Amino acid sequence: MTAPIVVSGLMKDFGSTRALDHLDLTVSAGEVHGFLGPNGAGKTTTIRVLLGLLRRDAGDVWLLGGDPWRDAATLHRRLAYVPGEVNLWPNLTGGEVIDLLGTLRGGLDRVRRAELLQRFALDPTKRCRAYSKGNRQKVALVAAFASDVELYLLDEPTSGLDPLMETVFQDVVRERRESGRTVLLSSHILSEVEALCDRVTIVRAGRTAESGTLHQLRHLTRTCVVVETSRSVDGLAGLPGVHDLSLDGPRTRFSVEQDELNHVLERLVALDVRSLASSPPTLEELFLRHYGDEIASGRTDTELAGVR
Amino acid sequence: MNAFAGTGRMIRLALRRDRFTAPVWVLALAGFLAATTALWAEELSTVADLIQEMRVTAASPGIRMLGLASGASVGAYTMVRDFLLVAVLAALMSTFAVVRHTRQGEETGRAELIGAAVVGRHAPLAAALIVTVAMNVVLAAVMGLAMVAAGQPAAGSFTAGAAVAAVGLAFAGVAAVTSQLTSSTRGASGMAAGVLGLAFLTSGIGNMAGHPDPSGLWVQSAWPAWLSPIGWGQQMRPFGGDNWWPLALAVGLFAVCAVAAPVLVGRRDFGHGMLPQRTGHAQAGRALRSTLGLALRLQRGALLGWAVGLFGFGLVMGGLVGQVRDSTGTSRDWYTRMGGSDAILDAYRASIMQMAGMAAAIYAVQVLLRLRSEEADGPLEPVLATATSRFRWVAGHAVITVLGATAVVLLFTLGTALAAGGVLGDPAGQLRMLLAASIVQLPAVLVIGAIVIAAVGLVPRYAGAVSWAVLMAAILVGPLFGDTLKLPQWVQDLSPFTHVPKVPAVPLTAAPVLALLAVVAALALTGLVSLRHRDLALPA
Repeated sequence: MTAPIVVSGLMKDFGSTRALDHLDLTVSAGEVHGFLGPNGAGKTTTIRVLLGLLRRDAGDVWLLGGDPWRDAATLHRRLAYVPGEVNLWPNLTGGEVIDLLGTLRGGLDRVRRAELLQRFALDPTKRCRAYSKGNRQKVALVAAFASDVELYLLDEPTSGLDPLMETVFQDVVRERRESGRTVLLSSHILSEVEALCDRVTIVRAGRTAESGTLHQLRHLTRTCVVVETSRSVDGLAGLPGVHDLSLDGPRTRFSVEQDELNHVLERLVALDVRSLASSPPTLEELFLRHYGDEIASGRTDTELAGVR
Repeated sequence: MNAFAGTGRMIRLALRRDRFTAPVWVLALAGFLAATTALWAEELSTVADLIQEMRVTAASPGIRMLGLASGASVGAYTMVRDFLLVAVLAALMSTFAVVRHTRQGEETGRAELIGAAVVGRHAPLAAALIVTVAMNVVLAAVMGLAMVAAGQPAAGSFTAGAAVAAVGLAFAGVAAVTSQLTSSTRGASGMAAGVLGLAFLTSGIGNMAGHPDPSGLWVQSAWPAWLSPIGWGQQMRPFGGDNWWPLALAVGLFAVCAVAAPVLVGRRDFGHGMLPQRTGHAQAGRALRSTLGLALRLQRGALLGWAVGLFGFGLVMGGLVGQVRDSTGTSRDWYTRMGGSDAILDAYRASIMQMAGMAAAIYAVQVLLRLRSEEADGPLEPVLATATSRFRWVAGHAVITVLGATAVVLLFTLGTALAAGGVLGDPAGQLRMLLAASIVQLPAVLVIGAIVIAAVGLVPRYAGAVSWAVLMAAILVGPLFGDTLKLPQWVQDLSPFTHVPKVPAVPLTAAPVLALLAVVAALALTGLVSLRHRDLALPA
């Protein structure tokens, strides 16, 4: 069985703006795949190409074994989508929208619909114009998860939800994974991705910056070490792979590249370690490593404007 | 904080947003008035012509409903022909402007951003009203100048401008209130448009129920005319005495609304209307669970409005058969020319059916442009992410539009037959005579609908402008105005309405109908193919 989503070398221009620039993305069956990037990195554009709403300029895109542009309607029977900005018909109720979208997709599970309405605490009798952003998102989430499909495409689905609902959302996604479904979760909420995702792809300015399991990605980055030694740590800063060394009273803080960790530890032992704490890099640090330079130079907004 | 703080800045924002819209409205209205004035100055060049034409308009209750005679002059004749249309457009200009700068901001959330800044609670409304009043003052001046340029006396010209602006002003006030009552842009504009419809009916009935004076050139209106802002504008009698005091009634209504609206603002919550939000069904009914059902649901409101409107229009037109049968002179010529037969009643039947066809075409453009707004506003995105193809989505709206257009034309026919039957007897026989004439309008309506689909496919961003422009052009060069405007035949042939067989005045022929249907197929296919092959223009 091929992977539900295979994207390679995807290009997309809007006028003179390059939205996607050789983007690669592979999502395997049964995984929750995090799709990470700041606003304007090209996440929504990629998902819209996957849905056949936008046409690719170049590259290969395979969705559930088919061509998302040519076979859009047929493939959509097997997936459900939650848009990033949920715009609905102001005069229809939430319940009507859920049923309508579910039926157009090919049917929905009445029992699951009722259960999801209850878990997300959504009143289905209100008209969409009366819903807040978070409640509109809940409408789209219930409509999507009430359908039993192979693939869920979720574009920043929790940006309007409160922490309580965020927990409900995470539970629902885990249940879907346990029943063997595949989820592509676009997000910039790192804790959510860390909690849910088996693998992540990080995009930047329309390009894939990193892709792999969280474990693999962490491996590529540095471990933070806080150590207290009897002897002076002179010379440690000069070792290969050691960065950001600072002295904090008796303690020394530094970060070290994964490959050099062993050498550095050998050296530390010689300095007579009294206490040592090490922590794996968080996703934040991973993320900052990819975007930190942009944030530092304040280029993010202008460089990426209009690309989404 | 002062409730009006920041009004100046809000005015500048409104002016910046309207820097193209406002001049286009003003110039288009003034240009139309100048062009038609010049046209009638040429057509009615002798006093005898003028007197004859004015007597006809004053004597016919049907024409009295649409325009008020105030003496024999080109200017007064222009007011009979143009005032209602121009005044309704000025009212819409004001309504849209006020709603755009008040309710629309709240609905889209822009006002929230502004309300959090140093901007008083009443500043957006105050700015909207000040800008709209200014638009109407400019409109009055430019229209006056336009009529002077078209060779009319200055006093009457500026009275005419002020009379139109009076209606605009009154509806600026009405829209300020409706914007507080409902929570949606559509609802606020719709409610104001409803008041406008009522204003048209009361002034129309007042003039219809009035009577010509002994000269036969001047109509004295009955009291209902005084209940309507449109009536107030007409009673200013441009070119027929230039009576300015009814302007005070319009200013008074505006003032009352301008005081009432802020009071309502103070009593309601931000983002909500005064009228309560009703809850609805927790589940979709069977009828809604398809693209067809969704299209019907989205078009339902417009369909109901048009159905009622065209049925009423049919009753009015049918009720006029008596006058038409007895009519003489230019109005008889006009009907026989448009209807294509010397048998006056058949010619009249054919010509009013053409008007119904054009009305149905306006309806078709309005509801089919929903295709564009669904795409631009975003609700299309989740729909096309389901197993719904783009073709199916368009087909749903197209089918409902065709059924809706058929229904409104048939209701018009029914209204006409009932009223004509009341005058001439035998309503069922009247209906049989009109049925073929009503169905034969549909191919031309479909051509206009197919143009909307083609525009949505080919030039989505300009679909609205292109569709309305083509519709207006098709009506203008078509049988309703083409002859009067003395357009060459090849120009008139560009309008699909020109090719509608003039049944029952002329026997039905298949060739033009088939040709129109072929055009429909070609245009719709072009639209569908280009829609299939382009990116969707979704919101970011």
